Order: sequence, then C-alpha cells, then structure tokens
Amino acid sequence: MTGNEAAARGAYEAGIIFASAYPGTPSTEILENLGGMYKKDIYSEWAPNEKVAVEAAIGAAIAGGRALACMKHVGVNVAADPLMTFGYTGTTAGFVIVSADDPGMHSSQNEQDNRFYAKFAKIPMLEPSNSQEAKDYMKIAYELSEKWSTPVFFRMTTRVCHSKSIVELGERTEAIPFKYEKQITRYVATPANAKGMRVRVEERLKTMEEFSNTTDLNKPEYNGTKVGVISAGVAYQYAREVFGEEASYLKLGFTHPMPMDVIRDFASKVDKLYVVEELEPYMEDQIRAAGIECIGKAVIPNMGELDTDRVRKAVFGEENPTLKSEQKAAGRPPTLCAGCPHRGFFYSLSRRKDVMVTGDIGCYTLGSAEPLFAIDTTICMGASISTGHGASKVFEKIQPGKKVVSVIGDSTFFHSGVTSLMDVVYNRGTSVAVILDNRITGMTGHQQNPGSGYTLMGEPAPAVDIPALCMALGIKKENIHIVNPNDLQENEAALDKALGSDETSVIITKWPCVLKKITEEDRKAFDLSKKQCKVDPEACINCKMCIKTGCPALQAKDGKVVIDSGSCVGCGVCQQVCPMGAIQKVGE
Amino acid sequence: MAEIKNILLVGVGGQGTILASKILSTALVDAGYDVKMSEVHGMAQRGGSVTTQIRYGEKVFSPIIGKGEADVMVCFEKMEALRWLEYVKPDAKIVINDFEIPSAPILVGAEEYPQGIIEELSAKTEVSVFKAADIAKELGNPKAMNIVLLGALVKAMGIEDMDWDKFIAENVKKGFEELNIKAFRAGMAAI
Repeated sequence: MTGNEAAARGAYEAGIIFASAYPGTPSTEILENLGGMYKKDIYSEWAPNEKVAVEAAIGAAIAGGRALACMKHVGVNVAADPLMTFGYTGTTAGFVIVSADDPGMHSSQNEQDNRFYAKFAKIPMLEPSNSQEAKDYMKIAYELSEKWSTPVFFRMTTRVCHSKSIVELGERTEAIPFKYEKQITRYVATPANAKGMRVRVEERLKTMEEFSNTTDLNKPEYNGTKVGVISAGVAYQYAREVFGEEASYLKLGFTHPMPMDVIRDFASKVDKLYVVEELEPYMEDQIRAAGIECIGKAVIPNMGELDTDRVRKAVFGEENPTLKSEQKAAGRPPTLCAGCPHRGFFYSLSRRKDVMVTGDIGCYTLGSAEPLFAIDTTICMGASISTGHGASKVFEKIQPGKKVVSVIGDSTFFHSGVTSLMDVVYNRGTSVAVILDNRITGMTGHQQNPGSGYTLMGEPAPAVDIPALCMALGIKKENIHIVNPNDLQENEAALDKALGSDETSVIITKWPCVLKKITEEDRKAFDLSKKQCKVDPEACINCKMCIKTGCPALQAKDGKVVIDSGSCVGCGVCQQVCPMGAIQKVGE
Repeated sequence: MAEIKNILLVGVGGQGTILASKILSTALVDAGYDVKMSEVHGMAQRGGSVTTQIRYGEKVFSPIIGKGEADVMVCFEKMEALRWLEYVKPDAKIVINDFEIPSAPILVGAEEYPQGIIEELSAKTEVSVFKAADIAKELGNPKAMNIVLLGALVKAMGIEDMDWDKFIAENVKKGFEELNIKAFRAGMAAI
C-alpha cells in the first residue's frame, strides 16, 4: 500500500463518516481511496478549496461524526484561518487534518515545512514514517483528538505518501456518534468566549506534553552509546539505514509537543547526538532551546529532500562509488501534452507583445516554458486574476498601454479565482481574465470539481455555469467571449476584443483535457471524433513554425517535420500555423 | 544488515513504469521479502523524466535509492540511462530499451539527443540492449512495451522462478492478460 492508501485505510478503520479535501500532489489519493473503496461507510467529497474542506470537516466533527480533511502543504495556508480558531474551540468528535508536504518540490511551488503549523496552532502532531504507521497513527490520531477535544495535525511527506510498503490491516470500528448539543460558550469564538478558550489551549498543551513524554510513539531504541540519532518521518528511515545497528535511536512519531524529558534522558546516554530531519530545524531548534547540544543542520542540508546518500555524505563525508559518463542527458522538463487544449490559446497569447500574463497553478503553468514563454508570473492557487488586477492598475499609472491577461484553470477558478474576479469588476479593472475550462482538474489526475457535473463519489451534480457566474459578478454579456482554444482565429478575435475593451472582460476557452475520460455530455458538447494531422513532405519547407507551438508530437527529421501518429490527436493547431498548408487533418 | 537489492526503473511519464513496478513488487512480497517501492506523481508525469524504485530484502528502511546504490537499472528510454547513471553501482546491470523519445528542448532544437550511449555504457558495465518497442509492436500492442521490459528485468535479476503469469494476470487490464504474458516471455527471451 502507498502511504496515502494506508492513511485512507486508517481513517476507515477509525470509523470516520465524513471526509473532504481539495486535490493536491502528494495528498490526492487519500480522498480518491475514501470516495472509491470506502464509499459505503464514509461520505467523501471534493471541496472547491482547502479552507472549505476544513470548515466542512469542522462542522461534521462538531455535529458529532469523526471527520477528515486532507490537503497538500500549501493548502494548509489556505485553510489556516479556520484551523487556528478550531484549535481554540476544540472538537466534539475526532478531527484530523492531513498536511502532505513536498520536500524537494516534486510537484509544488515551494517546500515550506508545515510542522510549524502544529506548533503555531498549539495542536498535537503525528508523523508517520511508512505506510503501516500511516494507517496505525491515523487511528491513534482520532483517539487523541477526542481525548483532548482538539484537532490533530497529521503530517506526511511525498515519500511517505507515494512509497509502497507492506501494511497489516485491521477492522473498522464504528465510532459511536456523539449526540449534538448546543454549546455556545464552547463553539462561538467571540472575544469573550475566546479568552476562556485561550486558557484551555495552554492547559491542554501541558497535558499533551506529558503524553508526549510517556507514549510508545516516542520510544528510544538503545544499541551503542557512542552515537544517538533523533529523527522522525521518512528521515528516520534514511538515518536508520545510514547509521546502522551500532547507533541508538529516538524515533519520534508524536512531534508536537516534543518529548523534552525523553530527549534529555536519551541525550545523556549517548556521547554524540545527531538530529536528522528534512527541511527546517524544527526539532533541533527546540532541542537546543532546552539546552541540549546536538548536531543537525550544521551538516544536514535544510533544502531539498534527503535520502540515504545525502545523509551519509553529510554525516560521514562518504560518497558511494558510481558510474559516470562524459555525456549529459538533454533536459526533459514536463510539457503540455500533444493535443492539450491549453496549447492553442497559449500560442495565440505568445504572439502578443507588450502583454503581461499572470498565471496560476495547474498544467497550464507549463505554458511558461520554451518555446511558448507565455506566462510572466505564478505565485499560488487563485493568484492570477488578483495579481493581474494589481499589475494592471499600476500600468495605468506608470506604463499606459501595457495590458494584462490572467490565465486560470476551471478548478482553480472555483478554488479561489472567483473572489479575485469580483475584485476586478468591483474596482473597474481592465485586466483580462482567461478561464481555461478543460472540464476537469487536470494536473492532479482528473478529479471532479464543481464545474464537471459529477461528485467524487460518482453522483451526477449540478455544474457551475461559468458565463452566468461571471455575469452575476457584474461582467457584461458582450464582454464574455467563449472560444474553442484549438481555433487560433477564435482566440485572436477574442483577445482583440478583450484587450481593446475599457471594461472587465473574460475569455472562456472550452475544450476537454486530452487525457480526460470522455463523458456522454462531453461527446454531445464537442466534436471528439478521432483525427490525426499529417505532414505532406513535398510541401514542407522545414520552416519549423509548427514546432514553435511546442507540441511533443512534432519533430524535425532529415529536413522535414514528421508527426508522431501515436500521440497526435488532430487538434489542428500545427495545421493552422503552417504557412505552406503542408499539414492536413486525416480521419475526418 | 542483510543484503538489500535495489532496482531502478527510469523512463518518461506515461511509459508505464508504475505498472511494471507494481507487478514486480507484488511478486517480491509474495516471495516473502520486505519490499518498498517509490513512485512519482503530479507534474513530472506530463512527459517529464520519471523514476520508479524498488528495494527488497529481509528488512528495508529507506523507500528510495540513493546515488551509487542501484543493482539493476532498467531504462524504458535510452537517454534516461545517462540522467540516472549516478544512482547505479559501478558494477550494476543495465537494461536499455533502444528507444528514443526526444524531449522538448531537443524538439525545438535547443539541445541534441546524445549519441553513443550504448557503446559508452557497454564499455563500463554489463549492458543488455534490445528493442522492446518493436517486440511489443510485433505482438500487436505497442503499449505492452512496459511488460516486455519487465520480462527482461526479471531475467537480469535472475528471479525467473516465480509465478509471473499469475502476477501479471492479476495486475493488467482485463482482456489483455494473454497479450501481456506473451510480452513478458518475449522480454525474458530478448536478453
């Protein structure tokens, strides 16, 4: 099982009845598993964003059912507001929030260390180091949550989420639902009530610290006395392998609050103490603050993810012998797929000079890469439209004539782009918002969203009408342009109109993701019959205009361009840019 | 510590390294080993360089392979052999699918596809080269290339004597069991 499958299993065994999440690598599969395998017992849903997911799970837990909210590390930033106050009010039924961090930034815009959130919110934190622990700790998390009436922070990392190891399963225990009672002083966080809650938070912290010092989750393993290693999460697995059987270990599974008495005792029994942790010196700083000498970030890198090799090199200065080559592999960055509906629009956009393009989080971030270079900024989910609005207002003052286009995906628009667009309309902005509606949440692997017409559990659902939503925000009908992004002329015309307008405009590009499982509705709405593009070698002059679209199906070979029939889906973008008419669609 | 074997599968997003690893891991677990496997999801899958790693032995801690640790590397795409080379032991076995997928910088002409990879690596360690794509095509489905490569890997590891037919049938799409078993055998026979 992967760590994600195991975490889902643990939540199932713990008897949860409600789960909510917004997809984000490396956390996505937890909810996919709950909404698939365990849907008979657990109600699971995709929320439009992480804040909504946490709030819905808070409601579920206050109402009396064990609840789970899952997200990637940056999602916790979005959900931090409810989390911080929920730490004050506490919960009725068990509540767990999963934070899946991404050291090494495999699929993220930063590698923030979310362990600090547990300390910040003053709530307990558990850190599994493999799949078995992901399952077992999840069950413990629910017990602790109800014991102390607190949300529990469950911190995983990419290598725990996406590595598979053997897991022994248990049975589901149905948690007995709590009977709902109105408790105003407990759950209404007015200043008067919150002052009382604040005191209880500190008292709870002391109780948790006692537990941290006595639980088996934080248990030393004594071998030799020369070297002792304190570690947690997947870093423990690396350390255990590098330091071997000679060293003693203090593996921490419960990492907030830290078990300072256990650590002090462990430190006194070894000559040299190492703290091996990924990213920030979260544990080391606290250990040092307690006056305990240790070696940590002085040798272990605080950037990127660790592995056995990096730990060995950092601690012992040893490197494994390996094979070397004189040659280097050419770069292989991820690219927009052949037939990706974003390509056509980004191609049109890349032709516009003197336009700033603010981007967002999703596959379309790849539009920033060579050869399209069609995006100027990417900050966080939902930032494109608001960033673009600010930029546009400044250009009005300092660089009149400079226009701004903001690009955002459908799922991302629902996530946190709607309020940004409201900001633009309300403040009479003229930046152009482009909603790239590919009918699904693409990058994370095709999760349903409020616009897709289906729920996580496969039920049909009302789909958001994006043009109607834009109109409700105050955008005039004539300023909403719906285009097929594979049609470059349509893109050009829409861009001309939108960039020329002195009112807020929206362009909606509508075409399904090329990897999407096609539904009946898609088949009715789009012409998705099988097609391919072919190059007439006689007519091709090898000008490579088509290659400048960045389509991975196209390659210049022996003075002519050829199209890979295995990946081409006949979107026709290359056909439209060919000045010689050398590309034809076949199969129509 | 009991010996741990490290297998590195490298390729390009969408080539099916994850399925091949899944079958292999299932078989190793069944054989009584402690097994850990790591895979990459998310953005890198969109045509980027991907790796799947399998470690097995009596007791395995780390789920990933560090530099200079892989005993066997199977390259689903030729150039990826160079990219991941520093992860293999100096005497590692390398299985290369003689198959090129030009990356985006090559397609736009910013970089060149490196030449002479097989010759260079063959001079350094034990390298088996074959055309898994052609074999899969001959069997009637180019998508079975990953299972052809799995067959070659199993041969290179010397672990042919497990019930592979069963593990393959359990893990591939219904209706494609026979094709994949054939592909697996063809892969074993190819090196």
